[in-house]
Amino acid sequence: MADIELRRLVKEYPGGVRAVDGLDLTIADGEFFALLGPSGCGKTTLLRSIAGLETVTGGHILIGGRDVTGLAPGARDIAMVFQDYALFPHMTVRDNIAYPLRIRKMGRPERHAKAEETAEGLSLGGLLDRRPGQLSGGQQQRAALARAVACHPKVFLFDEPLSNLDARLRLEARTFLKRLQRDLGVTTVFVTHDQAEALAMSDRMAVMDAGRIRQIGTPTEVFQRPASTFVASFIGSTPMNLLDAVADRDTLRVAGTTLPLPAAAGPHVRDGEKLVFAARPEYMTLHREAEPTGIEGVVAIVENMGVGSLVSLEVPGGADGARIVQVTVPEGQEPEIGSRGWAVAAPERVLLYRHDDGELVGSERAGAGEPVLAGAGD
Amino acid sequence: MSPRELVGRVGFYVLIAVITAFMALPVLWLLLAPFDRTPTLTTSLPEWTWQNFAGLLDNPYALASLGNSVLLALGSMVVVTVLGALAAYALSRVRIPGRDGLLYALLLLSSIVTGTAAMVPIFLLMFELNLIDSQLGVVLVLSGGLLPAAIFILKDFMDATPRSYEESARVFGAGPLQILRDIVLPVVRPGIATIAVWTVVNVWGNFLTPFILLRSPDKSPAAVVLYTFYTEGGQADLGLISAFSLLYSIPVVAMYVFVNRRYGFRFHGGIKR
Repeated sequence: MADIELRRLVKEYPGGVRAVDGLDLTIADGEFFALLGPSGCGKTTLLRSIAGLETVTGGHILIGGRDVTGLAPGARDIAMVFQDYALFPHMTVRDNIAYPLRIRKMGRPERHAKAEETAEGLSLGGLLDRRPGQLSGGQQQRAALARAVACHPKVFLFDEPLSNLDARLRLEARTFLKRLQRDLGVTTVFVTHDQAEALAMSDRMAVMDAGRIRQIGTPTEVFQRPASTFVASFIGSTPMNLLDAVADRDTLRVAGTTLPLPAAAGPHVRDGEKLVFAARPEYMTLHREAEPTGIEGVVAIVENMGVGSLVSLEVPGGADGARIVQVTVPEGQEPEIGSRGWAVAAPERVLLYRHDDGELVGSERAGAGEPVLAGAGD
Repeated sequence: MSPRELVGRVGFYVLIAVITAFMALPVLWLLLAPFDRTPTLTTSLPEWTWQNFAGLLDNPYALASLGNSVLLALGSMVVVTVLGALAAYALSRVRIPGRDGLLYALLLLSSIVTGTAAMVPIFLLMFELNLIDSQLGVVLVLSGGLLPAAIFILKDFMDATPRSYEESARVFGAGPLQILRDIVLPVVRPGIATIAVWTVVNVWGNFLTPFILLRSPDKSPAAVVLYTFYTEGGQADLGLISAFSLLYSIPVVAMYVFVNRRYGFRFHGGIKR
């Protein structure tokens, strides 16, 4: 058991590309921590740096208070599960699980007993004599996990642990992985590009972009109050509506509608300042009749999402012609294509971002005077 | 089927039969002539006898030369597979500028090393190194000629081995030689088997290099000794030659069958998972 501390961590590749750019991060003991970001944001490099597979250019990595920055991967007391699982194809499942113990010079009967015990716990009992090639994707993943678990590390590192599974299996594996982590209580860092995965599994998550952390927080915090338009557009299975808006005294002009300016945002906003109005489709309702606080548009597309539908409203205005506002509606209330509709955002769910740097402006739920970027790491 | 098509098809099969017979005749000769009392260059049903093999036993160099061939072949095999695997692993994992150019240049030049054109310089080099009439010298020259192609093929196998295997082992604390022994070599085993067999076959059949570099007949491999089977009259001794040729070809065929069963031949990398 150990916490992980990263201090001013830098990884610069030859040619000057900074994959990790002066990053500070503390991951608590026993925490299930997600590194989320688009491809090329440096999240995998960061994970590999913690593992010791990349040599960092600057800064320090501490695991359980011990500075491991200069140590070889094998001396850091960690276990890593790779995206392709990296099970050795010429070894049986038993030998694969026992391999780390063999490196540690544990005797053959002892390490086989340990491998069998671990495999039993991950319901791999009957598969010990198979080769990885004879296992299904889910079984391969569990074998790779068993190999990591059997060596009792202080920290688990998972690189895109679910991306090689098909959709149905991925959901099962998600639950399984979360329970396993909870049972073992080992500090775990995992990398993913799938925001749903990060929201579902992690205790806390960091959203990364261009080698920096854009926001750190619990999934709830990140989902409800994204710290910037980048995070807002990245998190959520339906993308957040982001509309250009202008502050006009105590009102907000957005897409041809005038809305009251959220009271909490007032002190932070200059008159006439360009802003971005943000509301999740799930936090908006669609009305058939005119609403004073509704954004008016024409129903262009209705997408069935199982429970409810995602409606795309075409809203006139803006220099580039029509814009799209998306709203989710409950089952059985789908509007006709081409009909008029008014999208009303729940006032307490509306967020405002600055137009120039995309950072969050204090909004309804933030008390007046509270720092604009509460909980953000940058 | 129209008559025209029928004639075409019959003609096609006749053509194939002729070509097959043409190819099969030497093999048939190899199987029959050793057992013939008076072998000729034609293939005919023999008057059965073992006398040709008895003749081989009387020849002082015949059987020993097969031993020499084995020695040269296994020696080269060890040198080529060990050095080839290490070099291929390094070249596959380390980035150096001009790596591929270097490999292609080596590959091109390697055909010259064991070729006829370079025989004089090689002879002189071996003379300077005091390796004339030494089996070690032959092994080194032949290995040098085979290594570039071996490295080239093995590198492809190494490239196809995911790095995550090695990284995974590294995270568990394995050192470079442990990784090579436990992970990389077992994974590229089909490639190594291919290279080993290919080396043995090449050395086994090589005539020119040992013929030039070896002086004493008791060190000569089978390919060179075969060249000395004459009758007192200066005629080629077909009885000895055919019997010896049969013995000479058996090990290679047997090895091919064994390795193909065991590993399967592949000249490209890739892992079945």
